[in-house]
Amino acid sequence: MVSPVCSKQIGVLHKRFKQLSHNEETLRRDHFNEIDDLAFNPIRAQIIEAFFDRRNFHQNGEGKVQEIGFEEFVVVMSHFRPPSAHMTEEQRGKTRREKLRFLFNMHDTDNDGIITLEEYRHVVEELLSRSGTLEKETAKCIADAAMLEVASISVGHMEPDEFYEGITFEHFLKLLERFEIESRMIIRFLNMDTTTLCK
Amino acid sequence: KGKKTLFQHLVFLEGSVFTVAVASSDQHSPITAHSGSHKATDHGSHNNTGKAFPVLDLNYENVRVPFEISLWVLLASLMKLGFHLVPHLSNIVPESCLLIVVGLLVGGIIRGTGETVPPVLDSKLFFYILLPPIILDAGYFLPIRPFMENLGTILIFAVVGTLWNAFFVGGLLYGVCQIGTESSSILSRIGLLQCLLFGSIISAVDPVAVLAVFEEIHINELLHILVFGESLLNDAVTVVLYHLFEEFSGIGSVTLLKGFLGVISFFVVALGGVLVGVLYGILAAFTSRFTSHTRVIEPLFVFLYSYMAYLSAEIFHLSGIMALIACGAVMRPYVEANISHKSHTTIKYFLKMWSSVSETLIFIFLGVATVAGPHDWNWTFVTVTVILCLVARVIGVVGLTFIINKFRIVKLTTKDQFIIAYGGLRGAIAFSLGFLLNKEHFPEREIFLTAIITVIFFTVFVQGMTIKPLVELLAVKKKQEAKRSINEEIHTQFLDHLLTGIEDICGHYGHHHWKDKLNRFNKKYVKKCLIAGERSKEPQLIAFYHKMEMKQAIQLVESGGGIKMPSAVPSTVSMQNIQPRPSTKPAPERAIPQLSKNKEEEIRKILRTNLQRTRQRLRSYNRHTLVADPYEDGLSDLFLKKQKMFQIEKKMNTYLTVPAPPPDSPTMCRARLASDPQAYSIKPASNKVPMIQVDLASPQSPDSVNLLDEFGQANQQEEEEQGLMMKPPSRPREAKKPSEEDEAKDQQRLMRCLSDPGPSADEDEDGAFLP
Repeated sequence: MVSPVCSKQIGVLHKRFKQLSHNEETLRRDHFNEIDDLAFNPIRAQIIEAFFDRRNFHQNGEGKVQEIGFEEFVVVMSHFRPPSAHMTEEQRGKTRREKLRFLFNMHDTDNDGIITLEEYRHVVEELLSRSGTLEKETAKCIADAAMLEVASISVGHMEPDEFYEGITFEHFLKLLERFEIESRMIIRFLNMDTTTLCK
Repeated sequence: KGKKTLFQHLVFLEGSVFTVAVASSDQHSPITAHSGSHKATDHGSHNNTGKAFPVLDLNYENVRVPFEISLWVLLASLMKLGFHLVPHLSNIVPESCLLIVVGLLVGGIIRGTGETVPPVLDSKLFFYILLPPIILDAGYFLPIRPFMENLGTILIFAVVGTLWNAFFVGGLLYGVCQIGTESSSILSRIGLLQCLLFGSIISAVDPVAVLAVFEEIHINELLHILVFGESLLNDAVTVVLYHLFEEFSGIGSVTLLKGFLGVISFFVVALGGVLVGVLYGILAAFTSRFTSHTRVIEPLFVFLYSYMAYLSAEIFHLSGIMALIACGAVMRPYVEANISHKSHTTIKYFLKMWSSVSETLIFIFLGVATVAGPHDWNWTFVTVTVILCLVARVIGVVGLTFIINKFRIVKLTTKDQFIIAYGGLRGAIAFSLGFLLNKEHFPEREIFLTAIITVIFFTVFVQGMTIKPLVELLAVKKKQEAKRSINEEIHTQFLDHLLTGIEDICGHYGHHHWKDKLNRFNKKYVKKCLIAGERSKEPQLIAFYHKMEMKQAIQLVESGGGIKMPSAVPSTVSMQNIQPRPSTKPAPERAIPQLSKNKEEEIRKILRTNLQRTRQRLRSYNRHTLVADPYEDGLSDLFLKKQKMFQIEKKMNTYLTVPAPPPDSPTMCRARLASDPQAYSIKPASNKVPMIQVDLASPQSPDSVNLLDEFGQANQQEEEEQGLMMKPPSRPREAKKPSEEDEAKDQQRLMRCLSDPGPSADEDEDGAFLP
């Protein structure tokens, strides 16, 4: 369970929620599509989907919803909360897992718990989609090389006729071990007051 | 072992001979002057046939200055050589200490022979010749991402920390001088302004010393960039304070207005310096756009523009160091996209060479200048200075970290603070600034100089020598040596976009938002102006991927022909393990599927653009009188070969019982290179070597058939796709098949032409404008 955000921050988020949903109770996908700044983002589709993904609501749910309430909005946002100053190693580990789980869910679009080569290729293609030129072949190469690397790191030794199914969550954790995600995947404005511990 | 010691003796002997030569060079001048005049009279009287024609003449005066300079540089380089020959010395003592000791010895020898020691660490020489290469090297290869992420912290340390140090040391020193000593002693005559000036000179952390020491301890990136960044950025503060106090002590009166102007001048100096640097950087980038026909002088532009930036900033009393850093950092992404591979290597090597020699010379000259004096040793002053410097630094760092940690995500621990405080080394900049002091305004100049030298010696020797064991003792995090993987690169980009998106959803314009805006602006307008041709559209991920491929290909060649592909993680996973396997695959279906004409054309076009781009990068060196480097010719083909190597290796490991011979280590390769007189012969256009000219005109070209056939038997299983591979729709079985042996010969020849061994991996150069 992730620790909830502070009341001050919730107030700010609530205001934003109301603004996005035009004072309705729930947010839908088209509300997100109205945000102009998102238009330039190559992975906007995935980001929007992440808000409607039940796996990110911390209730062990699966599948997608069509609209979300404020509570779910806050829960998704809480994934980007910075680590508080007095975390133990265990708490830090938990935060890491949570954030990496969020990323994993973004990649694993078909909910089967594995990122297959196709899904990974899709990720790289989306990343390069704004580059202007259609780089499908190179995107494939890059995804292939990346997959090869994951397989080498996670499994190590494979016979020529064995087949690597895809990246499981454990492999994903191992892959981004050195990535220091708990200090990088943060939105600073959710960190308005580090000295007080939020209850 | 005997040979080694003999060689060491020779080196030192040579060194000492040179120093004596330098010392006694002055003596020759009267003789040559005399003979010079003699010659003049000779020419005057032609009909005086009694004079013999001077077959062998001595005229040292003409070449004196360049000769002496070369001798010094040679001495420095020989010393550098010598230290690494002595087995354990470089582990215990940092190089900077040894070099100072050498300087002391040289100074001692010169003094011993009765000559006056030349004032080698002349401020002009130092600031205009010796310092710029080091700073440019640092600025050009500055890791932008960690620098920008920690910019706030660095600035606070540089500005506030230096100010605190200056005033603390200066003020307390004045107090001690006034109170602690008798009123008749020389110390009590030192005014407050002089003390403050001294404080500002001594308080600046020196980039040269920091670089010299920190490079050897391999500390983690964060601490390195904090201390190093601070040492670079505090130059602005030092310049302003120095001029301010110098001016004040000359005039003798301080008004509030002048103080206020001082604060304004700080901003002018800092921002002006950066602006000058950025301007020259843009000019350099723009110039490099048009250099595709004159590749040979590309590095020259980089050096010239940077040096001009430094000098221009110095004209206006702006911060030259900041100008240089800004120029290097700004021009780098654009210039590197424009210049050839060879120019890139040249720039790297020249910068490293110059900065290395400069650093060595600086430390040697420090030693010599110490012997030269003039000194005025005052126990009180010196000891108080040293103690105050240490205390000020510790208090400053601890206090500032307390404030800074409130704003940082990744807090600085006590260990970090200790290293930052301990790493505050002083160096030659302080000495040169002290040397510049005017004797009339500062009668106590000698006392200052002695104290400065003592502090420098203390920090470099004591702190420099003990920091390494302390780092070990405190178990400070070291630099991570592993290379950046493609997965991390993908996720770095992914995370950047994700965070920008979330910020947009929150409606919060945080620094991701602005960074993204800057990147888009850069891509849309700036890159188009400053980068030539197609390269301007290449996204960073692809550039990274190509670079990685190239590096792997180079590794492949160096490791002796790809018997075992050196990879970060030894594994036997190959491409076929990850390709999705269709459910049933009867044998006849294993033939290559027939491609439609359209698809084929599409693939060909994509491959052509991709491969051409890679080639463009490599084939840019075409000075027609020189030999074309065959290594570069074959490199793009290695891309294709490399993937095939995987298969070969796998098959060999599976079916052969005899293990493959271990590849030669890179050093062996270089040794072979060094002794090979044929290293740079022109590669004849022989058709024994399987040149894989990807002739996309026809799929049936004999060369492409070569490629496939060569590995045809080995490669039973078909893979669906292999990235940059071309698969012609049919596989005719005829045509020549180059044997394994030719393959090996090809590899060997490519290895022989490897012109670029060079220093160990320095991988932090990858990155876009805002990586």
